[in-house]
Amino acid sequence: MTPFSPIELWLMAFVTLAIFSFLYKDNPVYRLVESIFAGLSAGYYFGLVWDTVLMQQVVDPIKTDSSNLYLIIPALLGILLFSRLTQKWSYLSRVPLAFVIGSTSGIFITSRLQGLVLPQIRTTFMPQNVPGGSTDPWMIVVLSTIVVVGVIATLVYFYFSHEHKGVIGWTARLGIWFIMISFGAHFGYTVMGRVSLLIGRVQFLVEDWIGSFTG
Amino acid sequence: MPAHLRNTIRIGLTALLLTVVSVSSAFAQAEDGPAFLTNRINALILVIVFSVAVMYFTQQARKGKTLFLRKIPGLDAVEEAVGRATEMGRPILYIPGILDLDEMDTIAGVSILGRVTKIVAEYETPLIVPARYPTVLAACQEICEQAYAEAGKPDTFNKDSVRYLAGEQFAFTAAVNGIMMRERPATNIYLGGFFAESLLLAETGNAAGSIQIAGTSQPEQLPFFIAACDYTLMGEELYAASAYLSHEPLMTGGLKGQDLIKVILITVIIVGVILSLLDHWNVIHFFDIYSGWFQEA
Repeated sequence: MTPFSPIELWLMAFVTLAIFSFLYKDNPVYRLVESIFAGLSAGYYFGLVWDTVLMQQVVDPIKTDSSNLYLIIPALLGILLFSRLTQKWSYLSRVPLAFVIGSTSGIFITSRLQGLVLPQIRTTFMPQNVPGGSTDPWMIVVLSTIVVVGVIATLVYFYFSHEHKGVIGWTARLGIWFIMISFGAHFGYTVMGRVSLLIGRVQFLVEDWIGSFTG
Repeated sequence: MPAHLRNTIRIGLTALLLTVVSVSSAFAQAEDGPAFLTNRINALILVIVFSVAVMYFTQQARKGKTLFLRKIPGLDAVEEAVGRATEMGRPILYIPGILDLDEMDTIAGVSILGRVTKIVAEYETPLIVPARYPTVLAACQEICEQAYAEAGKPDTFNKDSVRYLAGEQFAFTAAVNGIMMRERPATNIYLGGFFAESLLLAETGNAAGSIQIAGTSQPEQLPFFIAACDYTLMGEELYAASAYLSHEPLMTGGLKGQDLIKVILITVIIVGVILSLLDHWNVIHFFDIYSGWFQEA
């Protein structure tokens, strides 16, 4: 039993098929649905930002507690973006952009070093855990060697200060092999996820929409 | 003092003031915790080493020392791709990812956009830059305007070439796919943060017959770009792209500094493996102290 009303079902089937029609070629029906989708999302995001950011994170906290007055600063930064609409003051819009880009770089450098680089370095030189919990020392040696060689070879591939020739060239080539094997695994994993999305849409069309014809 | 320099100083000082205010309010709010976390000294040392390395190489580059960078084929193809678009009289589509401006991938994508736009302006090729977030839109407009001015053609810049399309991920993708099929860009450049839409974009571009250059640091999306694009920048190549294209001392110095850090990290790994083996063979016993230093706080 489908949870949708007949109008909802037909509308959902129409937009699904309209988007799928792009597989044949660009056409007016696809353009219509594309415009509806883009317009709806722009409107939805405006409402979302208005409610969850402007109201909940700026206006309401200032109304309830005057010590939150400092929240006016980020709000002013946002308003400065509108200065782009004037020729004379347009340079002011660079202030919020400079602030966002600068603070992002600063935050990311420390957080990535702390949260990713240091732990990954440690995990690389520590003896590896064999999948399945095996304590066979040879398995641990083999797995640990693969991890250490793989990480070093990959790092060498991303070394830009030297031409990939000689020892560095061979190591970088080995690094590319490790990278490609990892991409192959990612590819298979992600394709499986996408196929399940397609199955979901086809299931809707066959079971819910076409199924509603037969009752 | 020239007006643009005066404005740059004003912007810098205002951004600095805002940073001081933000840091002060963060300290004021952190009443329960200590102001300095001693268990994160390892990260602090690494940040200092990293900063010193970057500053050293930047100084070297400013003094005029030539800093070598190896060839990155995907980036060498950018100028060729712009030339192709000019010959065909068709536009170039540049997507700086689908993430907001507070993500490193987007910052890298927007930064490379400046270099690409400068080449585009020189050739007078039409450019289309779709944006998913208002902040990215503002940054891209600013960068493109600047690049056209640097190329000596400020009047040819069309603000509408940088467009806001949609906030929702797949609405944005649908709209970009529409642009690809209707405006038939000769070259599509995807440099930034991409997710599930990567293959949808790259496949449509491929079907439209465009030359495609892609780059992201998202490992799950790179295989799709490699399969469907002509050139792909993998991971850190994306971050290196801006320095590679500009050859500015500040950026090249940063890249050299990162390379030095990689050498240090490789050394740290090799020392760790040797200490681990010596510990296992009961020769010396300070592997735990060594490995503990790299533990996340």
